[in-house]
Amino acid sequence: MDVREPGDRQQALAAAVDKVLAQFHPQSEFIFDELVVSLPPQAVKAACQLARDDADLAFDYLRCLSVVDLGERRQVVYHLYSTRHRHKMVIKAALPADMPAIASVTSIWPGANWHEREARDLFGVTFEGHPKLTPLLLWEGFPGHPLLKSYPVSGLEDRG
Amino acid sequence: MAVNSEPRPHVVPNHLPPDLATPDRGDGLEGVLVRPLYQRMLPKVITTRADTLFGLARKSSLWPLQFGLACCAIEMISTHMAHHDLDRFGIVMWPSPRQCDVMIVAGTVVKKMAPTVKLLYEQMPEPKWVIAMGACAISGGPFAKSYAVVRGVDKVIPVDVYVPGCPPRPEALMDAYMRLQDLIMERARGNGRQGARG
Repeated sequence: MDVREPGDRQQALAAAVDKVLAQFHPQSEFIFDELVVSLPPQAVKAACQLARDDADLAFDYLRCLSVVDLGERRQVVYHLYSTRHRHKMVIKAALPADMPAIASVTSIWPGANWHEREARDLFGVTFEGHPKLTPLLLWEGFPGHPLLKSYPVSGLEDRG
Repeated sequence: MAVNSEPRPHVVPNHLPPDLATPDRGDGLEGVLVRPLYQRMLPKVITTRADTLFGLARKSSLWPLQFGLACCAIEMISTHMAHHDLDRFGIVMWPSPRQCDVMIVAGTVVKKMAPTVKLLYEQMPEPKWVIAMGACAISGGPFAKSYAVVRGVDKVIPVDVYVPGCPPRPEALMDAYMRLQDLIMERARGNGRQGARG
């Protein structure tokens, strides 16, 4: 277990991320105790693989996977945690809204499976390479993606 | 120790006719052991219609289907537990639709759940009644504008009693049971709302 002070741990995390993910030119900053890293979408899967396997990062736990609707872009957000080093990182990747697709990270963290199915249900993001990208919360044939800003609150159907 | 030879006080209530009091036993227990309540209070012969008799039987053993959909279920559970004790009305929760008379829709019905609620209702044998408990089951409640919520369970299955509240207190649900019993007797007597559902 890492017994260093929180500030020291954050500096070590920032240095390790700069070194391990250097090939992706990450833009990173600390927001509270989380290191927020913005990456191009095509680099996310390789970066996640490195973040999990590198001994200094060791992000073995995907805490959350969410999507933000930013209008012309949709931002996929990965919240990572290391149970060994007890540090946190957030990876953000912005996708074009007309064709939102990104590589699945289910092969890295099996827990991403249902997160990605839910994200596809509610935001329409396609996760390429997902083993079974079927609806999780909604039902087959549900029209639209309800958490998009453009979706009417009461639904697309005629409510009578 | 002296044996008390005084006769014991007569404890049979005064309003009972004399022939219903305990017959003389000759052992000093006259008036103490009385005949069972149903012998004392009921006439020996009852004349009624078969429908009324069935109505009496139905309203006296309402078995609700044991399932809850949201926070109203907590109040429903509370109503059926020891504090309010609906067992005294013959109301017993039952976890299978095959033996149930009453469905309490306690909570929000979402569109994904609606087919299951309908299936459970159809699995219940006739006669059967439905209590819509709380704002959500009545009209969708605070979630009526959502894309996922059915605006009132009566869009899916027929409802007999509506219980307003968010959630209703246990007393309100008990009142709904009383209303349902009245409804059953009204229909049994033939002066209530008629329908194929008894």
